[in-house]
Amino acid sequence: MSLNLRIASLGHLVRTKVTGLGTFTRFFWMLLQRSSIIFSRPRLVSQQIHFIGNYSLLIIAVSGLFVGFVLGLQGYYTLNRYGSEEALGLLVALSLTRELGPVVTALLFAGRAGTSLTAEIGLMKAGEQLAAMEVMAVDPVRRVLAPRFWGGVIAMPILAAVFSMVGILGGWVVGVLMIGIDTGAFWSQMQSGVDVWKDILNGVIKSIVFGVAVTLIALYEGWQSRPTPEGVARATTRTVVAGSLAVLGLDFLLTALMFSN
Amino acid sequence: MPSRPSPSDDSILRLTSVSLGYGDAVILRDISLDVRRGQVIALMGGSGSGKTTLLRAATGQIKARTGEVLLFGQSLAKVSPTDLQNLRQRMGVLFQQGALFTDLNVFENVAFPLREHAKLSPTDLLARVLDKLEAVGLRTAAHLRVSEISGGMARRVALARAIVLEPELILYDEPFAGLDPISLGITARLIRSLSDRLGCASVVITHDIAESFAIADHVYLVGQGLIKAHGTPDTLGQSTDPYVQQFLNGAPDGPVPFDYPSSPRFDAWLKQQQAVR
Repeated sequence: MSLNLRIASLGHLVRTKVTGLGTFTRFFWMLLQRSSIIFSRPRLVSQQIHFIGNYSLLIIAVSGLFVGFVLGLQGYYTLNRYGSEEALGLLVALSLTRELGPVVTALLFAGRAGTSLTAEIGLMKAGEQLAAMEVMAVDPVRRVLAPRFWGGVIAMPILAAVFSMVGILGGWVVGVLMIGIDTGAFWSQMQSGVDVWKDILNGVIKSIVFGVAVTLIALYEGWQSRPTPEGVARATTRTVVAGSLAVLGLDFLLTALMFSN
Repeated sequence: MPSRPSPSDDSILRLTSVSLGYGDAVILRDISLDVRRGQVIALMGGSGSGKTTLLRAATGQIKARTGEVLLFGQSLAKVSPTDLQNLRQRMGVLFQQGALFTDLNVFENVAFPLREHAKLSPTDLLARVLDKLEAVGLRTAAHLRVSEISGGMARRVALARAIVLEPELILYDEPFAGLDPISLGITARLIRSLSDRLGCASVVITHDIAESFAIADHVYLVGQGLIKAHGTPDTLGQSTDPYVQQFLNGAPDGPVPFDYPSSPRFDAWLKQQQAVR
């Protein structure tokens, strides 16, 4: 390949990516502009919270439990070396509320609810359902996308809270019931060491940001997908890849902003 | 809402020297047609002749490159998005694949436009939806999910949804495709009776010559990017135009080639295939 062709293809790649970013931003703006439906027809949003939340609840709860088990075990092995196994409750709670709760929930959310949203929108597009809505004078962005977006954004912190809660219970089961750490020490260390604003609120903010990112990516990929089985399949894959990378990247940024002194 | 046309102006949809296309490709050019209140218009032509493109221009989904599309007396090129929404509330569209909402059951699919646009009491809504479902013979299928009904039934549900707001213009994209002979006959009569009873205009895109000639007031024959012929079913039936004759008789030989035309892209592809083998 000649140098000119290489430069041209690099230019094309950059232009495509920048255009894609612009389209994505415009899509986000379009969605926000049409979000008044969440006040005029709140039932549409509550249906989506129920739908998205229900679908993800089991996997979130089970994953939270096992992550809690592992945290309990690993935490105990490490803390035991320094004779501070009473701090296990604090370690489990901080790990879950600050990082693992929001991040793992968002990754699972991208895989479970995100793919479901992308496939649903993509298939609605392929089946001309969105076009049908448009010619019925019903704005599909307002009627279909906006309730799903806000449903995802609201469901995400609730799911993260469930994950953290079940994870802490898992840590308690392993630490207190199986290993025999004093239950009073487990809970009191947690109570005195976890700050509502610094730890829990920051975790909630993280999960809201992840909810916006993952739901937005899932809806965008469905909306932009080619209306063919292959197009929908590719869009679903892109949702998981882009959603997961966005969560991990944003987590680094948010952690740096929130927890740096 | 935009003002309704005066009784003397009974043109619902008018295309004047319109050309349409996607990307660089021009699909249709110099298209002129007029659809009036109470009329049933049949748009016929071979597959890929651009009939659905014409329908998309009438709904404002694509813009005319040249010429003018007037819907209820308003130019679609100049209309604001809000006014376009208002105009669309006065039309019903039956999509080629039905386009039913798969997350809703049969009843909710038909009720959808009413829930969005009409402020009806639950009793009135139930009565109106069941009435339309009865018109297509599916009153007792109201409770079924879309996945539980056949393709033909889905098209009849889509038809009920298209007419539930009792629009002034109904666009039907292949309404007879996939229907059994009984459903086909009933659907054709329903289209005619809607125009006669409600005075709405109907545009029917179809390949079905017998049924469309039986119900249409005027037939347009689309082919090779143009309107090749138009007239009443009787005049078209008696036409000596070789294009009309070939289409109506389904003859393999004539001005319309059956074989897809060759192109330099195909020649290059074939050369590559032969080189590999």
